[in-house]
Amino acid sequence: MSQISQKNTPGQDGLLPDLSGRSSVFERVIGIVLLLCGVISILTTISIVVVLVREAYLFFGAPEVTVREFFTGTTWQPAIGKFGIWPLVNATLLTSFAAMVVALPLGISAAIYLSEYASDRTRSIIKPILEVLAGVPTVVYGYFALTFMTPLLRTIFGKGNVDIFNTGSAGIVMGFMILPMISSISEDALRAVPDSLRSAAYGLGATKFETAVRVVVPAALSGIMAAFILGLSRAVGETMIVAVAAGAGPNNFDSWGEAFSAEGFNFFKAAETMTGHIARISQGDISYASLDYSSIFSIGLMLFVITLILNIISRSIVNRLREQYE
Amino acid sequence: MVANKTAERPLTAKPVVSERASSGTGNLALDARDVHVFYGDFEAVKGISLPVHEKEITALIGPSGCGKSTLLRCFNRMNDVVSGVRIEGQILYKGQDIYASQVDPVAVRRRIGMVFQKANPFPKSIYKNVAWGAKINGFKGDMDALVEKSLRQAALWDEVKDKLHQSGLSLSGGQQQRLCIARTLAIEPDVILMDEPASALDPIATSKIEELMLELKENYTIVVVTHNMQQAARVSDRTALLWLGELVEYNDTQTIFTNPSQQKTEDYITGRHG
Repeated sequence: MSQISQKNTPGQDGLLPDLSGRSSVFERVIGIVLLLCGVISILTTISIVVVLVREAYLFFGAPEVTVREFFTGTTWQPAIGKFGIWPLVNATLLTSFAAMVVALPLGISAAIYLSEYASDRTRSIIKPILEVLAGVPTVVYGYFALTFMTPLLRTIFGKGNVDIFNTGSAGIVMGFMILPMISSISEDALRAVPDSLRSAAYGLGATKFETAVRVVVPAALSGIMAAFILGLSRAVGETMIVAVAAGAGPNNFDSWGEAFSAEGFNFFKAAETMTGHIARISQGDISYASLDYSSIFSIGLMLFVITLILNIISRSIVNRLREQYE
Repeated sequence: MVANKTAERPLTAKPVVSERASSGTGNLALDARDVHVFYGDFEAVKGISLPVHEKEITALIGPSGCGKSTLLRCFNRMNDVVSGVRIEGQILYKGQDIYASQVDPVAVRRRIGMVFQKANPFPKSIYKNVAWGAKINGFKGDMDALVEKSLRQAALWDEVKDKLHQSGLSLSGGQQQRLCIARTLAIEPDVILMDEPASALDPIATSKIEELMLELKENYTIVVVTHNMQQAARVSDRTALLWLGELVEYNDTQTIFTNPSQQKTEDYITGRHG
């Protein structure tokens, strides 16, 4: 303490104040270390993309595979050389849709409660509890789906109608997993709405509910949209729950007619999602040189593209949010 | 909110209206009686009694933190939405205590509208900004006509009639504030509370707001909080000076500005304080 003050004041001994940097070398080293940390994550992303693209390229280069079949086929059966990705995409759509149907209304309602209704005390109790949901390992959710949600669905809708493995059960539980994420991002968006808008609504004789639903939510809509899309990309990429509870084989279709019939969108049937399939195949004893193995990279690339597109959309929506009010 | 209910109607006459302030012919639109406002332990308003006359402009002046905005927000129970605020005393609106337990603050705000310091249009179209309050209050008539009437009353119609469906935020600051006034007029209140409505505006926009206030007092009772003493002198009929949560002097504006009875008032209006 005394050292510093001696250094910085032109003391009695007539010294000039010391203006040289305290530790410029240290500062520079810190800067470089932090830069390296950033670069590592970028390099990781790049190498993942490189591997995905290279392996997928090998896959599509194989004589048994055509890009056309990949996108238009309705059967994914590597054993007989059928690589139409639709059954896997379809299952991913089903589980993600079910998840969003659960997570969106619950998440937004919870966000409205936390942001508009809850007292600070209540919020300080409820928020951490909600966030615990986000910390539960997904394998636990998976077995929760299999041992609780599925029996529940089978009790409600009948054992004959609901398979033991089904996309609905996995999707619903996935919705609970995403719930804290949706509610937390939505709550941030709601709380970012300036209080002056709430005052304006109250000043016009609006009730609390009218203010929340007809002023605050519309003003925060882009933020809520972003929460929705981030939640959706989380649902699309979620693996463990669907691997445990959705099914262990692609739900293949004989034709597009069948794929788009009620049967194609049956939440009570077993089906394997893109992520579930990758997980199962990569665990098996298949040779690294086989087409089976390289096929999962094509699915991975597809997943990567889907989540990338969702992220880009959400980013552009968030950017628009900044211009909303003010 | 805790309202002091020791005196339900009929109210015993309490000597709350000073002789100076009660002069005049108009009926009372609002009548604050011994109002105390606490933020936690801090007493922001210390027992103010203030009658507000119908179809007049009453100005509340005083230095920052004197409690004038807090008092204004008591008049339509806007303080209710702030947690930790406690209000004692009575505020009579046409003889009825708005802090009585059976009174719904939403219904109070429907009749006693408010315009805020910073223009706060909704991020919606100009049309929807005006129609919104009327719509939630169950207005069933011709909405187009109501929007036009309100915008005309707020002297904004000619400037916006060709762009009613553009965002209210696309307007200039002064226009936004007039839009907020139009929005308040559309719910057809009796009283309009204005919390420094022109403090964020340039002089031209300010004079437009002031002209508008003078027009509006034909039909509405206005209570305005202002930092700008010239503004109080120009537009108001009566002026109250608040100081550290207390009412120093309340009288007709001309008397306050030419012949104040309190030394503090004279100091304040001549700029020796605040």
